[in-house]
Amino acid sequence: MDDRVAREVPELTSQTPTGMAVPPERRKMKLSPINRRRWQNFKANKRGYWSLWLFTALFVLSLFAEFIANDRPFMIKYDGGFYFPAIVTYAETKFGGEFETAADYRDPYLQKKIAEKGGSIYWPPIKYSYDTHNLDLPTPAPSKPTWLLTEEQCKSVVERKKLSGCRDLEYNWLGTDDQGRDVAARLIYGFRISVLFGLILTIISSTIGVAAGAVQGYFGGLTDLLFQRFIEIWTSIPSLYLLLIISSVLVPGFFVLLGILLLFSWVSLVGLVRAEFLRGRNFEYIQAARALGVANSTIMFRHLLPNAMVATLTFLPFILSSSVMTLTALDFLGFGLPPGSPSLGELLSQGKANIQAPWLGLAGFFSIAFMLSLLIFIGEAVRDAFDARKTFS
Amino acid sequence: MSGALLEVKNLSVAFRQSGKEMLAVDGVSFEIKKGETVALVGESGSGKSVTALSVMKLLPYPTASHPSGSVHFKGQELLQLPENKIRAVRGNDITIIFQEPMTSLNPLHTIEKQIGEILLLHGGMTGEPAKKRILELLSQVGIPNPEERLGSYPHQLSGGQRQRVMIAMALANEPDLLIADEPTTALDVTVQAQILKLLKELQTRLDMAMLFITHDLGIVRKIADRVCVMQRGKIVEQGDVERVFTKPEHPYTKALLAAEPKPDPAPLQPQAPVVIETDDLKVWFPIKRGVMRKTVGHIKAVDGVSISVRQGETLGIVGESGSGKTTLGLAILRLISSNGPIVFMGKTVQGLKFKEMRPFRRDMQIVFQDPYGALSPRMSISDVIEEGLWVHHPNLSEEEREQRVIRALNEVGLDPETRFRYPHEFSGGQRQRIAVARAVVLEPKFVVLDEPTSALDMLIQAQIVDLLRDLQKRKNLTYLFISHDLRVVAALASRLLVMRNGKVVEEGPAGDLFKNPKSDYTRALFAAAFNLDTAPGGVVNQ
Repeated sequence: MDDRVAREVPELTSQTPTGMAVPPERRKMKLSPINRRRWQNFKANKRGYWSLWLFTALFVLSLFAEFIANDRPFMIKYDGGFYFPAIVTYAETKFGGEFETAADYRDPYLQKKIAEKGGSIYWPPIKYSYDTHNLDLPTPAPSKPTWLLTEEQCKSVVERKKLSGCRDLEYNWLGTDDQGRDVAARLIYGFRISVLFGLILTIISSTIGVAAGAVQGYFGGLTDLLFQRFIEIWTSIPSLYLLLIISSVLVPGFFVLLGILLLFSWVSLVGLVRAEFLRGRNFEYIQAARALGVANSTIMFRHLLPNAMVATLTFLPFILSSSVMTLTALDFLGFGLPPGSPSLGELLSQGKANIQAPWLGLAGFFSIAFMLSLLIFIGEAVRDAFDARKTFS
Repeated sequence: MSGALLEVKNLSVAFRQSGKEMLAVDGVSFEIKKGETVALVGESGSGKSVTALSVMKLLPYPTASHPSGSVHFKGQELLQLPENKIRAVRGNDITIIFQEPMTSLNPLHTIEKQIGEILLLHGGMTGEPAKKRILELLSQVGIPNPEERLGSYPHQLSGGQRQRVMIAMALANEPDLLIADEPTTALDVTVQAQILKLLKELQTRLDMAMLFITHDLGIVRKIADRVCVMQRGKIVEQGDVERVFTKPEHPYTKALLAAEPKPDPAPLQPQAPVVIETDDLKVWFPIKRGVMRKTVGHIKAVDGVSISVRQGETLGIVGESGSGKTTLGLAILRLISSNGPIVFMGKTVQGLKFKEMRPFRRDMQIVFQDPYGALSPRMSISDVIEEGLWVHHPNLSEEEREQRVIRALNEVGLDPETRFRYPHEFSGGQRQRIAVARAVVLEPKFVVLDEPTSALDMLIQAQIVDLLRDLQKRKNLTYLFISHDLRVVAALASRLLVMRNGKVVEEGPAGDLFKNPKSDYTRALFAAAFNLDTAPGGVVNQ
């Protein structure tokens, strides 16, 4: 039965012409009712809604990683002036040091120099960046989280630095990896790079995929046939092996990896968008637009694309999570980002290599699992929000 | 009364939508005696289907609920009956046939299997006796050569035959009450007449009661004994058909009865210039077979049609579904490719490229059948109407454009203040007005109207017909009016063209043609449409 039966159509318009007395009023920018309803539906899915906020908050926080975990303080008051080492690189001589090289603020010598002039240093919560080697490790790297250390283990460092006990050490909240780098700092930076990479990959590959699908679906016929055969051949290439080969030839940087993954990821949306366009091009309002003489490109953009966007948006969170997964997998295998970059995949592979240091594997596993779960929850909520038949009461 | 087979008392149905309860049916009471036909008439959304479905408890519970009421059937209270008991009633004592025979039949099962399933479920009948019963049923509903049809799939049958199979399934267990939910709305008029005749015959033979749901008063008059008129979930009037039709009491019933479109067609204009002309126009779709996709034949959707319409006239094109009338309209507007010259205002438009065609598009417009599909749901109606202006008058200032939109809305009788709303906020009739506004905002000379009234309720149909006629007079428009509804065509067309299987059967001035149809097919078509009479075998499709 048709659902229009139950819905009452309010009598909104009078059937009588009311003349030209209506002043032209401009419309306000607001969500169309259909989108408002979707937003309500999205909010009704509490888990997805909170996941979205949590994920956004984490992502925004990680964008400011330099102010959370850094081996440079974010501000120094020195000699009546203010310095912002997190943003600007200063020479050591600025603070009374001897060398023209960049200042190493973790160096007790420099800290003493600043203190002598009555300056004060404002550190971020974590005093390590992703590539800072902790030189005062009490145990051989990988070293335990500081709060798990026994006084016995701390003794050497405590004595050398003339501290009173383990509590006074600089904390490695999640321990260090096998090169003495702080795991918490690497997680924050690794999360940022994963999400950024995933987002960029998703956006570019979706744009290409939607455009390709739109052209195929709208024009159909021979264009569609040739394009489909090409995609079939293209997707039958075993992409992972090709990725391994290419990344052993090219120096794998952020953008090289992005380009390589893009080669294969754009096809994921093509079929979906193509089907939407094939279906949509025979709608009566598309026919009507054609009868008005509206150009093909305009029809595709104004009328058909919004239809396809529903399907696309529903898939985006899932594509994002699979992009993150791909990068993590490559990093894990050692074919991903260049050595030294903070990456979740690399953390996992360290965890595998150092079973005796479970904090590596656990930190990597939980952060990846948490991030992907958030994305999947968001994706589910988006999918439900766009489902016209689903009603939330 | 105790003699009633079905007694519905003070029945209400509510639907819950985003936390709010909405009453779809509000305190409806009626009864059906054995062997009697009761019709429920009303516009779409008046709650007639919901009423019928709640008799069988087929509504989507718990979204739907019954705040009040009782349904008594043969001494049982159906609303209180648990699901497993009501299943025994469904398909056995009460059966239903729906509007759309294609979607009501499982496309993957043969006819034999579909009917056999019902026999198995309710009577445990299998094997030879079941087959015998199926054949008996099929011949009862008038399917020729039932033995050959047993192995057929639904798509191999015509719409009328599918509906006959549906009826055979409904009758399989000789029910006491048959609910027919708009069983003929999706069918052609000639087939509709046959199905109605069949239902009437079967009813008398099996002595069963029938609850007939329809929006068509002509059918009510033909088939029903008593009628209940529904408006907004309430029965506003009920009584014997004779009485209601001759002495209606409620103003709504009176309005419904008066809703017939007034016949006042545009006069013939023998002196006026020819606006559009085709000569032997063909739209053939190739049938390709084999590995090399060789063209082995053609589906001749439009096969050699010549038309010529003068300014200010309306050419009505009538025919059953599949006769090629819509294809002809699209081909004339060059929305699908065709062969044969098309001349518009003295200029050949056949063969022009998309861009070369654009200047002509301003003068030739189209209004489609489905008011729900013809407007993009994501654009406000101001955007919908403006779109043509962007293409054809790109240099208009924002204010001028707005003024033209307002003028177009005024012309179609809509409040211009509503122009920032979205299509779903309007009713079907209002949407159709918006579609007309989109066409007239460009000040066209020629408009193709492709069944513009078919999806609308009777009352609204008459309003749209009046609107179209009014616009034609004021702007000296030329119409090509495509419809299967002869009453609407009679109200508008100055000339008439009858099509069948892509070919022209008959053509001429509408007045003459309606009075003296020459071919048997046209006669059968008119008889079916105006009197719901069936034609002798062979003239029309079965």
